[in-house]
Amino acid sequence: MTTTVTTTVTTTVTAPAAPGRRRSPLLTLGMLAFLVYFLLPLFWLLVAATKTTGDLFSSFGLWFADDFALAGNIGDVFAAEDGVYGRWLLNTALYAVVSAGGAALLCALGGYGFAKFGFRGNRALFGLVLGAIMVPSTALAIPTYLIFAQVGLVNTPWAIILPSLVNPFGLYLMRVYAEDAVPDDILEAARIDGAGELRIFWQVVMRLLAPGFVTVLLFTLVATWNNYFLPLIMLSNPSLYPVTVGLANWAGQATVAGGSGDVIPLVVTGSLLSIIPLVVAFLLLQRYWQSGLAAGGVKQ
Amino acid sequence: MTSTRTAPRRQAAGHLFIAPFMIVFVAMLVVPLAYAGYLSLFREQLIGGTTFVGLDNYVRALTDERLLGGVLRVAEFFLLQVPLMLLLGLLFALALDSGMLWLSRFIRLGIFVPYAVPSVVAALMWGYLYGPEFGPIAQLAGTLGLPAPDLLGGDLMLGSLANIVTWEFAGYNMIILYAALRAVPAELYEAAAVDGAGAWRTAWSVKLPALRPALLMALIFSVIGSFQLFNEPQLMQRLAPSVIDSAYTPNLYAYSLAFTSQDLNYAAAVSFLLGLVIVAVSYTVQLALTRRRT
Repeated sequence: MTTTVTTTVTTTVTAPAAPGRRRSPLLTLGMLAFLVYFLLPLFWLLVAATKTTGDLFSSFGLWFADDFALAGNIGDVFAAEDGVYGRWLLNTALYAVVSAGGAALLCALGGYGFAKFGFRGNRALFGLVLGAIMVPSTALAIPTYLIFAQVGLVNTPWAIILPSLVNPFGLYLMRVYAEDAVPDDILEAARIDGAGELRIFWQVVMRLLAPGFVTVLLFTLVATWNNYFLPLIMLSNPSLYPVTVGLANWAGQATVAGGSGDVIPLVVTGSLLSIIPLVVAFLLLQRYWQSGLAAGGVKQ
Repeated sequence: MTSTRTAPRRQAAGHLFIAPFMIVFVAMLVVPLAYAGYLSLFREQLIGGTTFVGLDNYVRALTDERLLGGVLRVAEFFLLQVPLMLLLGLLFALALDSGMLWLSRFIRLGIFVPYAVPSVVAALMWGYLYGPEFGPIAQLAGTLGLPAPDLLGGDLMLGSLANIVTWEFAGYNMIILYAALRAVPAELYEAAAVDGAGAWRTAWSVKLPALRPALLMALIFSVIGSFQLFNEPQLMQRLAPSVIDSAYTPNLYAYSLAFTSQDLNYAAAVSFLLGLVIVAVSYTVQLALTRRRT
């Protein structure tokens, strides 16, 4: 990823791709067939969450049974083990929101700094960060665990939040984005007016960086929300678990020999509930992340 | 672009802007990486405590059949899954960009939705779908009087895992490529139209070259993802313990070395080596693709 950045970013993504081309029923049907593949498992999950344990085993998986037990299942999920599932959801939200907000802010500050200030060491440091994009996060998890164990951070929320604050790709994206979205003459004008650098950043630059910021925010949010390896290693106290580790634990109980099948509806319904917040976030914010990706994320 | 000579105050401001990121970067990425490298040079023994052993752990790793088996397996997984996933992502992106679809917004979001599903949930869900007890695949086979395919058996497991990962990430790659297509300047299309190029010709000669950087990025992220595969096989392990052992992927192996065998020094060497493999493969991919351009 050391190719030089030479871009002229079009911040709008509404340029017509192929004007006047006729729609094709055949192509649409083909794509709808693929759509079925991507949505059918989620439909199965929805159907399964409405079934009692007995119906889960005895009725056809892709359609509803006579007994509609969704409300009962949801009640069971939140009642199990003194309401630990609600706790897991709150933990996940806390870890994900703090990590994503922090990571996006660090990337915005740093990306702007790298893009608009020709300080000494700019290229070398940026090259170092670019190289780090390829470092696999899981290779870091074990040494990070050992360091955190020595300083007493294991089994605390910080063990999840601190490692998630680093997003080298986010920094890269924000640098490319800032280079084009923040015009130099606006900065010069603000400086001539006597505004301090930090004030310029908060009042002028952040507004221009908003789509890129939301993109980094959302993708870090997903990464942290979906994180499994790190909390699996770092946390041993179930009341600190995020929903991924909690659900995996319940699923483990369900497969243990002699384990009760009653845990399966908890896993299924808990899984369904856990994906709703992110899907809603993506749908609501789609205008931002799609233009953010178009403008910065795909240029090298 | 910024001017090459900058006033000292501006220099200081630049350093202040990058400082928060760089501090966290060093603390959470550089230090753990260096620590892993340091740990990997030692060995803990029952008698004599921790001793410096140089590169012994690496020699052990390079001759460790369980580790090599895992690396070969994820390499096979990469060759099996990534071309399929990128090809699907590319086809979807070109179809969306062609302007020939009805419901294109709905289709785009529907294909992308699995990306928002945690891989843990995806693995649990597909595990149930594959399963013989109440999985619809086995149910359908039963209704038709056919033997159900053993999707959790040794022969099909890698394919079953590849299907889960493809399901999760094809839509993500589609979005990346689609975004790149939307950024292609309209003049290029006009020029192609003037030259009399049809839809296929435009896709091949204008769109594909424009997608090269985005494809390269998607490919490199896929290398990283494939070689550090962990969540999906770890969750499938419970359903098929005889198929997925503790060294099925290098990451599963490192995890079990660190937390089951308590062999932290060797686990650090394995993690470090895996990181090197990933960097080497990413770099090779990048070289191979950028050389062809000239």
